[in-house]
Amino acid sequence: MFAVPAAVAVGFLAVPLVGLLGRTPWGSLGAELATPRVMEALRLSLVCSLGAVAVSVLLGVPLAFLLARVEFPGRNLVRALTTLPMVLPPVVGGVALLLAFGRRGVVGQWLDRALGITLPFTTAGAILAEAFVAMPFLVITTEAGLRAMDRRFEDAAATLGAGRWTTLRRVTLPLIAPSLGAGIALCWARALGEFGATITFAGNLPGVTQTMPLAVYLALETDLEAAIALSLVLLAISLAVLIALRDRWFPTA
Amino acid sequence: MRAPAGGVRGTPPGSPGGSGLQAELGLTLGRLELEVELAVATGELVVLLGPNGAGKTTLLRALAGLVVLDHGRVVLDGEVLDDTGAGTHVATERRPIGFVFQDYLLFPHLSALENVAFGLRARGLARAEARRRAAVWLERFGVAEHAGSRPRALSGGQAQRVALARAMVSDPLLLLLDEPLAALDAASRIEVRRDLRRHLASFDGTRLLVTHDPLEAIALADRLVVLEGGRITQTGSPDQVSARPRSRYVAELVGVNLFRGRATGTVVELDGGGTLVAAGDHHGEVFAAVHPHAVALHRRAPEGTPRNVWAGTADTLDIAGDRVRVRVTGPVAIVAEVTPAAAGELHLADGGPVWASVKATEVTVYPA
Repeated sequence: MFAVPAAVAVGFLAVPLVGLLGRTPWGSLGAELATPRVMEALRLSLVCSLGAVAVSVLLGVPLAFLLARVEFPGRNLVRALTTLPMVLPPVVGGVALLLAFGRRGVVGQWLDRALGITLPFTTAGAILAEAFVAMPFLVITTEAGLRAMDRRFEDAAATLGAGRWTTLRRVTLPLIAPSLGAGIALCWARALGEFGATITFAGNLPGVTQTMPLAVYLALETDLEAAIALSLVLLAISLAVLIALRDRWFPTA
Repeated sequence: MRAPAGGVRGTPPGSPGGSGLQAELGLTLGRLELEVELAVATGELVVLLGPNGAGKTTLLRALAGLVVLDHGRVVLDGEVLDDTGAGTHVATERRPIGFVFQDYLLFPHLSALENVAFGLRARGLARAEARRRAAVWLERFGVAEHAGSRPRALSGGQAQRVALARAMVSDPLLLLLDEPLAALDAASRIEVRRDLRRHLASFDGTRLLVTHDPLEAIALADRLVVLEGGRITQTGSPDQVSARPRSRYVAELVGVNLFRGRATGTVVELDGGGTLVAAGDHHGEVFAAVHPHAVALHRRAPEGTPRNVWAGTADTLDIAGDRVRVRVTGPVAIVAEVTPAAAGELHLADGGPVWASVKATEVTVYPA
């Protein structure tokens, strides 16, 4: 009874990927990837996505601790707010970022005037856009790891003479390392594929804000082979993340 | 060191103010109201015995500083660890204690050696020296060959020895052990208990061990402290506690009939109705204990010397070793222990009316 729709679903999901692989110019793939434009997009994507991961770790991990460990009024509201970018259309995120951090924005105005910092249409802006969209994945996964952890290990560390920082460094973080790792991988994958918020807030300037997904979109008009080559790189990275996290998501497989 | 009989307080005789543990504390945690006064001398091994939910683990955690006191004072070898009156609270990591947790809580991401070295490293010892000392302790506890193993790969007995080494490696003044045998299966428990006894004997500080297993308590304790519903109900040597139980919980653990009542001369008016006649003179509130094997059962009213005779009904039967335990309801509900042969002769399995008798000399009376 379910076989036919299920088969259609599999085909629907698989055919585009097969099509992509079928159209790949395997012979000239190396040359395509080596063109300066593609290399530039690759480099920029790495810089921006890793920058977004760094921002997410620095801000998101403390937030996850707060959400998991500290009882405070409005905690559920904060958690909902944190999760919002996961379901928000990225374009809307980009518009919101522009209104907040743009040169006329609430914070952007002040940044511009007081510190001379401009975010829109800069690499820092692209990093900000990607972090906005990707950080929730890290926060949610890390919070879940912290909640699942047996806190008595921290008690044991205290009875052994470990202060808060030693306990955090030598007990808590190693114990939640699998969750933290999964969160970072998800966060990075999401940042790497970010399109909507980036193009809205940071634009599409080659070498400055034109990351791989943006380059793919642009190349589709002019240079299909380059678009396919870039898509293939993104597909390979997605597959790698999936394989790295398979034990976490498919424990029986 | 052995303590005097009876008293509800946990203070051993002649313990000088300066050494060992003196604790007097109160706290409320959920439905538990803990109110305890306890002293443990240096070198003494006190076993805290009590039913589940009595507050045993909470008391250990409070002594370790992991639970905040509502009020009270904890002094260890002259150093004040807690004094709510003076606002003193020494953080757990600064207390000279070792804690063996119920399921050991060995850090799963560290090897046995690193687990033992953890406390030394946290207290500022260099890595190489910490590892060297940890190795000595693993050797001492006979688990040197498992130094590189993760806790997951250790058996229950091995994990316990690593946990013990981890708690003792930094020479604490007070060793706290929370149900150290509970995580083991019955087969390995006897052997590990013998080990534990030996290893605990090698520690010359103050030792406090928590258990709900009376066998474990009797096997290990210099002195027993019974904790029920957050209060200490009895303290004394295992012999004293089992000879003169002061609560239904202890009486059931040691298998004695325990009654409470008011004595006037040799006669004790029981709180639950009925009377018992004892051999000696007593006055006021008392406990009266009768061992089940001292209760004789008859199908007809007995003749002769017994001072305590009453008619009842044979209720439930249990086999306890090579004896049969019979619960007799009546004016004085009591458990009798008879041989299987006697149980057969009296047709006790059919229930029905029986006469129970106890000699006055078999009734132990002591002040409540």
